[in-house]
Amino acid sequence: MKKNSILIVDDEVSVRDSLYNWFLEDGFEVSCAEDASKALKMLDHEHFDIILADIKMPGMDGLELLRRIKQIIPDAVVIVITAFATVDTAVQALKDGAFDYVTKPFDPDDLSHLIRNALRQLSLQEENENLRERVTALEQVEDIIGQSDAVKKMLAEVEQVAKSNTSVIITGESGTGKELIAKAIHANSSRKFFPLVSVHCGALTESLLESELFGHEKGAFTGAVYNRKGRFEMADNGTIFLDEIATISSKMQVELLRVLESKSFVRVGGNKTITSDFRVICATNRDLKKMVNEGSFREDLYYRLNVVNIKVPPLRERKDDIPLLVNYFIAKYCKSMSRNKVTIEAAALKRLQEYDFPGNVRELENLIERAIVVGNGKEIRLRDLPLSKTTPAPKTESLNELERQHINQMLSKYGWNISHTAQALGIDRVTLYNKIKKYDLKQES
Amino acid sequence: MNNVNQINLIPFRIVDKTLLEMLRYETSNIFACRVQLKEARTELGQFFDGSRRQYNADQLLQMVDQKYGQENTKTAGLFQVDLFIPILTYIFGQAYLNGRTAVASGYRLANERYGIKSEQSVYYNRFLKEVVHELGHNFGLIHCRNIGCVMQASTYVEDIDLKNADFCPTCRRQLEQ
Repeated sequence: MKKNSILIVDDEVSVRDSLYNWFLEDGFEVSCAEDASKALKMLDHEHFDIILADIKMPGMDGLELLRRIKQIIPDAVVIVITAFATVDTAVQALKDGAFDYVTKPFDPDDLSHLIRNALRQLSLQEENENLRERVTALEQVEDIIGQSDAVKKMLAEVEQVAKSNTSVIITGESGTGKELIAKAIHANSSRKFFPLVSVHCGALTESLLESELFGHEKGAFTGAVYNRKGRFEMADNGTIFLDEIATISSKMQVELLRVLESKSFVRVGGNKTITSDFRVICATNRDLKKMVNEGSFREDLYYRLNVVNIKVPPLRERKDDIPLLVNYFIAKYCKSMSRNKVTIEAAALKRLQEYDFPGNVRELENLIERAIVVGNGKEIRLRDLPLSKTTPAPKTESLNELERQHINQMLSKYGWNISHTAQALGIDRVTLYNKIKKYDLKQES
Repeated sequence: MNNVNQINLIPFRIVDKTLLEMLRYETSNIFACRVQLKEARTELGQFFDGSRRQYNADQLLQMVDQKYGQENTKTAGLFQVDLFIPILTYIFGQAYLNGRTAVASGYRLANERYGIKSEQSVYYNRFLKEVVHELGHNFGLIHCRNIGCVMQASTYVEDIDLKNADFCPTCRRQLEQ
């Protein structure tokens, strides 16, 4: 068990020795300093949990020492002791940040109480710090990986918008990481110590979404056996993230607009108005402006939500980031599967960079996860990546070239196993050999 | 305990032979070691602080160490005077942690000091616990948080009454190492 440390600062050797023995017997690590300057020197390179300092000392007195300590270590627990007690010095010491003030000689019990309280204070400080770190860690978003100009531009927008309180719409294709951007905005905002509440609007029917967002009172509908807080209420002081906002019905659009404007609502089946202070971030993979023009999305709601629009680029527009993302996902999944970190062969990486990723980063992540599961545990090979279906898009109109490309892809997919490839192509092995010869196909090393 | 072959108890101005014999016998049992009562030949007047009307325990401890301390022996000076150290109003006793000398006083251990009816067995028990506690420090033990352990810190006599005269298993293990 770690011992608590204490520094005794007193010019009287008898006091130092008495306290030294007392605290040693109490299991402390004890150090002594005969004056304030020596104490400050010790504090330069050593940490002490508690500092006991006499007020009346030649040279720098205890009050000045206290002020200097508080400048260097604001959280330091300093107890000042003196034989010359006056209310003024006591008040001054406390004003300057002393934990407590005692007049010597004091009862052994007072000293014990004082130290116990100081240790409790220390443990509370430590607990507070740990909790703060844990909350920050919880709120911390996964890194947004990318060095491409598109990502840099987007991150600059995120940083700028995070500090404000405005509504944000994040647009981008499915799988581009819109929720990650929402988390980043929340984590960098002043609301970060309050909840980020996500609602997947597309996954809920109109009535369920209404109950989910506004909450409901007991007996509001069949199955409503308890009062339930809605997501708007849960997001009080925090952020609400409405994913797939384009899927909500016209009725919900009206309700949502009203809530956004008044920041108040009534639970389903209730009659009490509830107010909540939340910030709204929405995401969609649809063109909301087009929907407005077509009349399927309310124009007033569109303008209410679309104060800032952040566009998340599809992966095919930032292919330079693919190696970084691949490494990130390899590290992530090897760690979560408790495996040694694998590498990726050059051909496989090249293939990934050629691919268009219609499913964007999510598709790449799934590919890497799968490859680590089915792979040999050392290297992700081309054969571990099932990419043959769609890409690269044919750049030729020649039937022969198309055949060459297709056979090549199938050979890669089956690891140049002639029997399996021939079977998949619906031709016999001899024909496949002939085609390989004809197109001069070679297995990549 | 390996190098310690004896404990010496040095009573200063204590005439209660029953108390001294009890202390010798019980400490011998608790520490499983030979315990001897030795005669003290030191005048205590020089250790008296007139302004506080108390005896300076730091100086007494030093005196016991210098005059009566021996190699491979733990020595406890036993007193019937009010002890203090400069920073505290009083103490029951003190010792050199991991050292060879301790002091303990029965002055504040008697019921009558607090206006309560005198009870010899209570007083004896408190004195024994105090002596064992200080000798425990000599053997390197620090204050213990286990309820009932003699090494629990005590700032009032009531605290002393709540603990036993013996060590908890943790302190006992450490003592025997």
